[in-house]
Amino acid sequence: MNHSPTVVTEAKPERYLTFNLGSESYGLPVLHVREIIRLCQITPVPNMPPHVRGVINLRGTVIPVLDLRAKFSMAPAEYGDRACIIVMQLGSSSGRPTLIGVIVDAVEEVVQLAASQIEPCPDFGGSASTRYIRGVATIQGGVKTLLETEKIFQEEGTITLTAADIMPPDARQRRGGQPTLENH
Amino acid sequence: MERIGTASQAEKISQLLDQLGEELAFTIAGEDTGLLAINRCVMDMEDASLPDDPPQLTAGLGAARQWIDLTLDGSAKFSDETIASINSWHPWMMQVIDAWQHGDAMPAVPSEWGDAVTARQAAARTPAEAKTGPAAPSGEEKSITLNLQDDGELLREFHGESVELLQSIEEGLIVLEGNPRDADTINSIFRAFHTFKGGAGFLHLGAMQDLAHDLESLLAAARREELSITSGIVDLILAGADALKQFTNEIGAQLNGTGVGSPIVVPTSALMLRLQAALRGELPPAASAPSAAPEPPPANEPAKDNPPSEENKPSSTLASRPAQSPAKKNAGVPVAQSGPAAESSTGYVKLDTLKLDHLVDLVGELVIAQSMVVQNPEVQKLTSRTLDRCLRQLSRTTAELQRNAMSLRMVPVRGAFQKMSRLVRDLAAQQQKQIQLLLEGEDTELDRNIVEKLSDPLVHMVRNSVDHGLEGPAERMAAGKLSLGTIVLSASHQRGGICIRIRDDGRGLDASRILAKARERGLIGPDEEPDTSRIYEMIFMPGFSTAEKVTDLSGRGVGMDVVRRNIENLRGKIEIDSVPGEGTTFTIILPLTLAIIDGLLVGVGDDRYIIPTLSVRESFRAKPGMVSTIQEHGEVVSVRGRQTPVLRLGPYLGRPSRAVKPEDGIMVVVESGDSCRALLVDELIGKQEVVIKSLGQSFQNQHLLAGAAVLGDGSVGLIFDVDSLVRFSDRGHATPAKLARQAT
Repeated sequence: MNHSPTVVTEAKPERYLTFNLGSESYGLPVLHVREIIRLCQITPVPNMPPHVRGVINLRGTVIPVLDLRAKFSMAPAEYGDRACIIVMQLGSSSGRPTLIGVIVDAVEEVVQLAASQIEPCPDFGGSASTRYIRGVATIQGGVKTLLETEKIFQEEGTITLTAADIMPPDARQRRGGQPTLENH
Repeated sequence: MERIGTASQAEKISQLLDQLGEELAFTIAGEDTGLLAINRCVMDMEDASLPDDPPQLTAGLGAARQWIDLTLDGSAKFSDETIASINSWHPWMMQVIDAWQHGDAMPAVPSEWGDAVTARQAAARTPAEAKTGPAAPSGEEKSITLNLQDDGELLREFHGESVELLQSIEEGLIVLEGNPRDADTINSIFRAFHTFKGGAGFLHLGAMQDLAHDLESLLAAARREELSITSGIVDLILAGADALKQFTNEIGAQLNGTGVGSPIVVPTSALMLRLQAALRGELPPAASAPSAAPEPPPANEPAKDNPPSEENKPSSTLASRPAQSPAKKNAGVPVAQSGPAAESSTGYVKLDTLKLDHLVDLVGELVIAQSMVVQNPEVQKLTSRTLDRCLRQLSRTTAELQRNAMSLRMVPVRGAFQKMSRLVRDLAAQQQKQIQLLLEGEDTELDRNIVEKLSDPLVHMVRNSVDHGLEGPAERMAAGKLSLGTIVLSASHQRGGICIRIRDDGRGLDASRILAKARERGLIGPDEEPDTSRIYEMIFMPGFSTAEKVTDLSGRGVGMDVVRRNIENLRGKIEIDSVPGEGTTFTIILPLTLAIIDGLLVGVGDDRYIIPTLSVRESFRAKPGMVSTIQEHGEVVSVRGRQTPVLRLGPYLGRPSRAVKPEDGIMVVVESGDSCRALLVDELIGKQEVVIKSLGQSFQNQHLLAGAAVLGDGSVGLIFDVDSLVRFSDRGHATPAKLARQAT
């Protein structure tokens, strides 16, 4: 039990929440996970990219929910009994944290990984997009793909309309921001 | 009666003494800790005391006032001497009150206080009291430099308090103008300036302190009935308050990071000279006060040219309240303060609005959870009477809780209305018009966010009424009207929202001129003959003004179109009604709150959407043949003789819908400005009030939606932004076939 407090930078282990998408296993830094809720009714939002499933009511707050399968261009599949929504909490430029939910097939466990256990993502020769991947780790023989939260979600911080042709560019300036609750 | 009065009065003073004692324990020589709190206690005691109180009480208060004023006007730090004085004064006062309560003999006034007291009384009698105050103005303007580093928090507090004080001063002055002898109002303005002075002195804001001091002296003289309030005096005090406001605004700006550290200079020396002249009984050289004449000392003869009624109105005055209550004499029980100035300073808690919103959110959740319990099939199977009763009780309490939580956001429109009094007064004086502004229903409550945002449109419309609506006195006389023009500003509840009316009895809108102008600008074709209401609507078009001359206040490029847009942003509506020669009425209908909307819940496929009821004109089921297709312009349906474009919501949004033929669904006609759309939906589910939730920044580019709401079953319903829906569906709006292509 001799923790050396000196080396903080490299060796500090980080904890990851691992989950399944189909037969694959992924990990997200626990730091960003706020809670896990069971799959509930999702209200679809029109004119959004396919990986934006819609919005849910998280105890009074309306939050967007993403489909990671669609995000990673995986084949769509029905969600089973163990499917749930991981609610991520991300810092944002406006100061207030943003909550975003992601649907996963099943949550596995929380693992502690030292930096040394994480290998860089292998090069697939450009066939698969690796820009969301922080690295891979092998735990008990299984390979976990560790995701780069900021990369995935920060760009979702401004989920934009795909059907941009129905929106004239001046509309963006006109509204500037989302309708807020006017709480100033 | 008298006994009860005395008892409660003594009780109050004794409580204040207790408070003061606590503060006293923290005072340190050379520091200002507790100074303001002690000042406040003494002020409250002074307010609670009456002229016929025992002499010891009056003397004691006089002594305390003297010490505190000297401290405030001087270094604003306690000296050993002062602390010692107050420390011996405190038990002595307790004895006095105790003796008074029990009818015992009171202790004598210590002789060493005598000097202070008599000096004080002498000072009070000399109008040139200002001389005892801080530096008499010397002609050069003093500047203020803020110490944001050390005093930041205090300055912020002072700024907030000052804004409120100035507001209540302004309100009070307007009341005073209508009723110059209203002792309560004079008192409350005096108190406000006094508090101001204390705060400014505390923070070493010399220039502000001096000005507040002179203003306070002027009101003190009025309080002693040595000076009567004329419109000239009111003008002077208003000018003083404006200068203080300038200071305050500057402080606010620096607190927010603009021009930090730069000295603040507001020209006050001329003003202070006038104030001191007024204090000596010489009239201020005020241009707009024709009836003002030097006031003789009250002992000689009653001021004849100022009868105590409201009828002596010089051209620029106005009555802000139709029914004036006679000035209450401050007799008997220390009555609760009356008058708007005093009302706004009663016990409020300042609260972070975020906390408030959070509370409202939670209560909303509670209501939903409650209905989920009650409607749960398992629970409904139970046939227990007690459970039934408990659930009913729960429903009632949650409903009540919700109503209460919602009401926390509500404030009276009074504040926004009172600002108009000042505006009308200034405008009338400037344009030599005689105008009275009558306010009705100022107590009507509205969401505070709406009240804040209502101010600009109101200012604009009131200006419009004064500039263009009301005629000058000569023109009015020629038309057989009273030379005094009237603007009535009223608020009332109507149609589940709030209705604000601005009515003037001026010349009314000139339909033929508006029409000519509209034709000239090509807004209306040369052979079109629109009805009058449509003509009146034209004034809401951007850049539309028929004013012959542009005043410096209106006609500055901000038009009625801006007013309408502001109102629409608040999800409100504005209507005009006008009778030539009799006047114009603007009616604004606003929702009570921005947090809740009344929505029409519609179903499209399996999705549910909410359309704000305010935008819905009607809904109906189309009969076969009502919908016709126009090449390239899609489908139109005939609604009351007008061909309205049909927007099939399902295909437009790229979502499945059941209604293939228009007859299968329901047409919901929505309007935005003057264009309409018939939205084809599958079904109408119902009308309900929903709490609007933000969609968050993730969807900030999603213009079609105004937000989302949590529905009764806990799921989310999306709320349409009808304006965008109508506007954007203009482009790319197409036949269902084209939309179907888009959707895939």
